[in-house]
Amino acid sequence: MTQFLIRRIFWAIFLFLVATIITYLIFWVIPADPAALAAGKSATPADVARVRHYLHLDEPIWRQYLRFLWNLVGHQQLGNSFVTRQSVNHIIGQDAPVTASLVFGGAIFWLSLSIPVGILSALRPRSILDRVSMSFVLVGISAHPVWIGLILSYLVGYRLHITPIVGYCNFFPGGIGVQCSGPVQWAYHLLLPWITFMILFAALYVRLVRANVMETMSEDYVRTARAKGASESRVMIQHVLRNSLLPVVTILGMDLGLALGGAIFTESIFNLPGLGHEVINAYNTADLPTITGIVVFATVCVIVFNFIVDVTYGFLDPRIRPS
Amino acid sequence: MAALEVTDLATRFRTDDGIVRAVAGVSFSLDKGRTLGVVGESGSGKSVTFLSVMGLLDPRQSEVTGSVLLDGEQMLAASKSRLQQIRGSKIGMIFQDPMTSLNPVKSIGWQLEEAALIHQDITRKEARRRAIEILKQVEIPRADQRVDDYPHQFSGGMRQRVMIAMALINNPEILIADEPTTALDVTTQAQILRLMKRLQDEYGMAIVMITHDLGVVAELADDVAVMYGGRIVEQAQVDDLFAKPEMPYTWGLLGSLPRLNSSGGRLEQIPGQPPSLLHPPSGCPFNPRCEFVMDICRQKLPPLDQSTVGVEHRFRCHLDDEARARIWEQKRAALVSADAA
Repeated sequence: MTQFLIRRIFWAIFLFLVATIITYLIFWVIPADPAALAAGKSATPADVARVRHYLHLDEPIWRQYLRFLWNLVGHQQLGNSFVTRQSVNHIIGQDAPVTASLVFGGAIFWLSLSIPVGILSALRPRSILDRVSMSFVLVGISAHPVWIGLILSYLVGYRLHITPIVGYCNFFPGGIGVQCSGPVQWAYHLLLPWITFMILFAALYVRLVRANVMETMSEDYVRTARAKGASESRVMIQHVLRNSLLPVVTILGMDLGLALGGAIFTESIFNLPGLGHEVINAYNTADLPTITGIVVFATVCVIVFNFIVDVTYGFLDPRIRPS
Repeated sequence: MAALEVTDLATRFRTDDGIVRAVAGVSFSLDKGRTLGVVGESGSGKSVTFLSVMGLLDPRQSEVTGSVLLDGEQMLAASKSRLQQIRGSKIGMIFQDPMTSLNPVKSIGWQLEEAALIHQDITRKEARRRAIEILKQVEIPRADQRVDDYPHQFSGGMRQRVMIAMALINNPEILIADEPTTALDVTTQAQILRLMKRLQDEYGMAIVMITHDLGVVAELADDVAVMYGGRIVEQAQVDDLFAKPEMPYTWGLLGSLPRLNSSGGRLEQIPGQPPSLLHPPSGCPFNPRCEFVMDICRQKLPPLDQSTVGVEHRFRCHLDDEARARIWEQKRAALVSADAA
């Protein structure tokens, strides 16, 4: 177990370095002048030069990278935004809950939809339910979330006035200058984003669960269970489900990382002040510390999710349990 | 009364290409405590026959007709829940591949306990005690520790022992073994066969041994049924079958057995392919491969005739008594001389 942990940690550090170096390299390649953008439209060349020096942008890229590493390791600081001079730690602290609400809420939605539907489709292949769900899968995989989001917000929000069109409310009540807060308002405002966000994943997972359940049902040990005299419900619950949902756990861990990227679209459409939204703005102003900060945070999230999956998987599957 | 009485059992599968007649009218009976060897090549319908008996075929794809009497009770008319009561308690079944026949995420003990708990009104603790006891019966060393292990921690032979233990934990009257040694290496095969024999002496259950290996039949069976193209083509007590096999397919099976003391010549083989069950040949199912084929073989299915050697020795063949006796005498002489060489 310790060996496993040590290997994991080294892997995490490596992954972290690769992700951040690539971010810096891309930033170095793109033809933008962050100093000019940060200095503003009316700045003189002298102002821009002063800003460039102040932001250390006159240094070579590797020194900037080392400075970033030092700040992170030595002071646990991700730096300050070029544009707003806000601490990136603070920005992420503000935005992460929004993205987390979207991603985890969406994950709960897509799992609670796709697992039962996938199982029922597998039990009754070619039934009406199966055909309907497979059509949904096709639409869900083909339609882009931006399109789905716009259609939903137009129909459900603008036309039918069932949900808000855009905006976000904090889960916890209170706070200064907030327009709305509390769990009910939070969920109410997130309803459309959740649906938009989860449709692609729900579609993929229905197909995944259906295929896994069908495959497991033709396994020899399922026939053994029937030969023992197990009832159909016992066969399903004790023998089919555990085995067929194991791969879902793995893929869920990977997809939660992927979902952080997918959240960009949904956050943009519904104007949710999350990490995806933030990163788009940061790109527009070439705000390197904010971008790197968010990349670091996302990398850490992915590493943590994968770690949780590995540990969970060990509990669920005795074949890979470290003895 | 026979423990299992099967009459005119027929199983059809609906496929996209048409109806596959996997079993086309099979009748036999199995007395208490006896062993029936069912021999045939792949696709002869031997496994499907017993999956039909167990009610383990998917009713959405298959249709089973005829009569299966278990202790006088009609299995084919039994309700789903009644079938579940019977499976595992009155009939146990073990399968060909022990590597895939156990649930990989449940411990051996859990799977044995499950078999006991489904059919017996006992506590989990008692079920566990019985699980350990039956593991000892099938000669698993350190059974009280290994009961908590998972299938991947057992070898193939050990897993097949666990399968046998699981099938016997409710003390069934009949054990159906579907090629239980096919996936095992030769020394393990012998151990498993010996174990089954010993357990039969102790528990007194009847065994159906499905196999393509006449050696296994010779070792274990009292009676034999040779299946071909979904039909029984010859059935007899085991000694009578080996003494005087009555039809060309059985001759071919005996001729294709490898023998240790033969001089390394080529094994005899039966030419051609097993018959298509989708478009079975008319008349005798073996006629396209039979070296003694006559016109009548292509027109009429031979009935199950009584042999002159052995009681209840029946076979399907249009050849007359004299011809069969002459041909078998030649074949036997050839086999004996091959052995002697």
